[in-house]
Amino acid sequence: MPEPVADRRYEPVIGLEIHVQLATRTKMFCGCELSFGEEPNTRTCPVCLGHPGVLPVVNAEAVHYALMIGLALGCDIAPRSLFHRKNYFYPDLPKGYQISQYDVPLARDGILGGVRIHRVHLEEDAAKLVHAGASGRIHGAAGSSVDFNRGGTPLVEIVSEPDIRSAADAGEWLRLLRATLKRLGVSDVNMDEGSLRCDANVSIRPAGEATLGTKAELKNMNSFRFLQRGIEAEIARQEEIVRGGGAVLQETLHFDPVSGGLSSLRSKEEAHDYRYFPEPDLVPLAPTEAMLDRARAALPELPAARAERLEHDLGIAPDTARLLAFRSELGDYFEAALAATDGGAPDARTLASWVTVELVPRLGDADPADSRVSPGALAKLAEMVAGRAVSQSAAKQVLDVMAAEGGEPDRLVEERGLARTESDELGAIVDRAIDQNAAAVEQVRSGNEKAIGAIVGAVMRATEGRADGGEVQRMVRERT
Amino acid sequence: MAPTSGDVSELTAAAAIDRVGAGEVSPAELFELYRDRAASERLGAFLLVSDNAPAIPAEAPLGGVPLAVKDVFCVADVPSTAASRILEGYRPPYTATAVERLAAAGAPMLGKTNMDEFAMGSSSENSAYGPVLNPWDEKRVPGGSSGGSAAAVAAGLAPWAIGTDTGGSIRQPAALCGVVGLKPTYGSVSRYGMIAFASSLDQCGPLTRDVTDAALLFRHLVGRDHRDSTSLEYPQPLEAPTAERLDGLRFGVPPELTGEGIERGVLDVFECVVATIEELGGGVEEVSLPHSAHGLSAYYVLAPAEASANLARFDGVRYGMRSGDGDLLSLYEETRAEGFGDEVKRRIMLGTYALSSGYYEAYYGRAQRVRTKIVEDFTDAFERVDLVLAPTSPTVAFELGERTADPLSMYLSDYCTVPMSLAGIPAISIPGGLSAGLPVGIQLAGPAFSEPRILDAALALERALAFDGGPARA
Repeated sequence: MPEPVADRRYEPVIGLEIHVQLATRTKMFCGCELSFGEEPNTRTCPVCLGHPGVLPVVNAEAVHYALMIGLALGCDIAPRSLFHRKNYFYPDLPKGYQISQYDVPLARDGILGGVRIHRVHLEEDAAKLVHAGASGRIHGAAGSSVDFNRGGTPLVEIVSEPDIRSAADAGEWLRLLRATLKRLGVSDVNMDEGSLRCDANVSIRPAGEATLGTKAELKNMNSFRFLQRGIEAEIARQEEIVRGGGAVLQETLHFDPVSGGLSSLRSKEEAHDYRYFPEPDLVPLAPTEAMLDRARAALPELPAARAERLEHDLGIAPDTARLLAFRSELGDYFEAALAATDGGAPDARTLASWVTVELVPRLGDADPADSRVSPGALAKLAEMVAGRAVSQSAAKQVLDVMAAEGGEPDRLVEERGLARTESDELGAIVDRAIDQNAAAVEQVRSGNEKAIGAIVGAVMRATEGRADGGEVQRMVRERT
Repeated sequence: MAPTSGDVSELTAAAAIDRVGAGEVSPAELFELYRDRAASERLGAFLLVSDNAPAIPAEAPLGGVPLAVKDVFCVADVPSTAASRILEGYRPPYTATAVERLAAAGAPMLGKTNMDEFAMGSSSENSAYGPVLNPWDEKRVPGGSSGGSAAAVAAGLAPWAIGTDTGGSIRQPAALCGVVGLKPTYGSVSRYGMIAFASSLDQCGPLTRDVTDAALLFRHLVGRDHRDSTSLEYPQPLEAPTAERLDGLRFGVPPELTGEGIERGVLDVFECVVATIEELGGGVEEVSLPHSAHGLSAYYVLAPAEASANLARFDGVRYGMRSGDGDLLSLYEETRAEGFGDEVKRRIMLGTYALSSGYYEAYYGRAQRVRTKIVEDFTDAFERVDLVLAPTSPTVAFELGERTADPLSMYLSDYCTVPMSLAGIPAISIPGGLSAGLPVGIQLAGPAFSEPRILDAALALERALAFDGGPARA
């Protein structure tokens, strides 16, 4: 007997489509430089304005970047991929068609972080429409202007297989992809500015079933938070429909970041017929062995592999390893610091936490490479702590100074008298504290461990924090 | 004795270059002579005549001999309309490579010639700016779409001209006007700046008074252009043709292009040409192009399909005509409804339909397979013969209005020229003789990049046929 609909468990099935603006010098099919907030329509030419008689010419650097992406995602590179024309009328599309890849994309069948990659292809970005009027959208606008600066910017579209099973996983996977693209240096991957854009295909099915449900396509989620909220909202919407005995319709939905809600852009019946056909103005894209070699040689160690190495080869905790790997500037900083320790103390795990736990909050938004704390200086400080030359708490004070003003840790420790108190000197202070806290000593002796705090506190006060808390505790325990 | 201006206008361009070289006439005088003729013509051949001759460097190989340019080429700051209402007032911000190269070689633009709107037509009646008349008989069409260029050369309004050929648009008007027209190998001449009709077929080429002039213009047109990804470096150096005999050359006559549907008078001239070839030492044999009968059908799917996309940019947003009430949909609809002529609309609709979801395979996909078959037909033929010989047009020039009501009869005008276009191979049309007082064009086609062979054979034939003539010069 089938279980009641209301009790059935549903499993979300999610695939992502990501558009990445490539950080090439010039546009996809003409020589115009890419735009970074220049005056509207100043980065244009007859080609990207779609004048009569012009012809597209493929940007070699864009192809190189796309090959790097394909290879980094473990894809098969097509020996000959084709450009097609995707036809539709819109004012942001000067030719009346977008040149894109269709049935034979540049790369396919890859994998990243356990999610399979369906395809990777090259295309051109549309121009930017600015609508005057309250709605900010074309309907009801008093007038619209087109800025063609963005038109023709090279885009790579990456389509995943529907291998993702939750909104959180979708966000996590997009972070990995973003880190990977950033590491490749092929894009600014800035979601606010639109150099990384993500659409999601979402469906649900009864848990355990293999067939896919009807999907909805979610657009306009321009942050990780919106992506997660959008998918969560859509899963909830679909579950409600299905539990109510209804059927999910295939449609495209627009995510509204203000309300957090989804509104329908168009149904399946209203879907465009793009009338794709091969672009006769371009020849097939056939990467030579030299082009592939160059793309392979340009691949750095990628975040997924780096996280794996940091965790397994260096014994760094998984979360810390991922943080260092996904923010490659942190990873680079950490590895530079590690190299400066010359294989000695501290161990990698400790040093990693100095970077992620102590340094990061002191950086704010700054890139660690630009900070006043050099990797060598941080390594030296961590080494001093490990060598018991300075206490953990004193070292943090030193790091505050280093982050604000720069400087060498050993010198700062000396200047500020923060060197760890010598043990015999400390012993005398501990003995004095024990003498002066007889009541606490009595309690400790009778098994109240917490009472040790009073004695330790007295020692710390007497040493003005220079003593190592752990060390003091050990000494107090020995002597009581 | 110094030549009078009347003498000079009777000269071929090559002969005019010699006169310029000898100091007997200056480029400026030559330009003025033709400018005055073009400005006062009454054939409707010119849409625009240039004001001033640019300075021509003395060493320029084309000697300053002015060139008529089909209005499908963009020229910076010069109205360029493709004979369409929708581009009225449009002045391109750049110049087409072909025009730029010829101007640099010393052939300045004399003016822009009339044509079928967006090169869609075979009679030059589809111009938004009125038809072109055939100088041989002004009640007849000059052919199309490069009818203005052909008529201008035939009537002596221009020493030479360039046009574009998609399915026969250089060769057929050349035939109907009794001049020489060469459609080069696809990719040998840059398409940059040619307002596109069907990108996989469009090719620029010369329309001239004789074969030598065609070879000369062609030599200065070819070459890889980094702005056209489909252009190629011509694989061999190009010399002026010199042949007087055809010894050892094998000519193939396809029965498919010389049978039913070809006018008797055209076939009579064709047979005379075959006899002349044999007299000159050439061998003539039958060679079949079995799929060429389907060429026209495939062409009228593929060309409109590409055109439907190529013409989507004419939306009233950025340049050219603009109409509508301010709403986006009305801007698109009104601009295109008022801006395009009937034939253009017909082809946009045909092409849009052929590419539509559910029909793509049945139309576009199938037409592509026919195209492949036609390529194979020619490949097979050229294993047996050096050149294919056929009439250029099934008929001589027809009367104005005769075929405008029946698009299919108009489309049949391209029956003999479309197969070579689909195969991307070069073909020339030269005057072969007269039928009922009107010129008949003979077409020679060869494998890709065989222009030197084609031009040599055409020159030998031209000398032997001694076609003289022409209509009274305007």
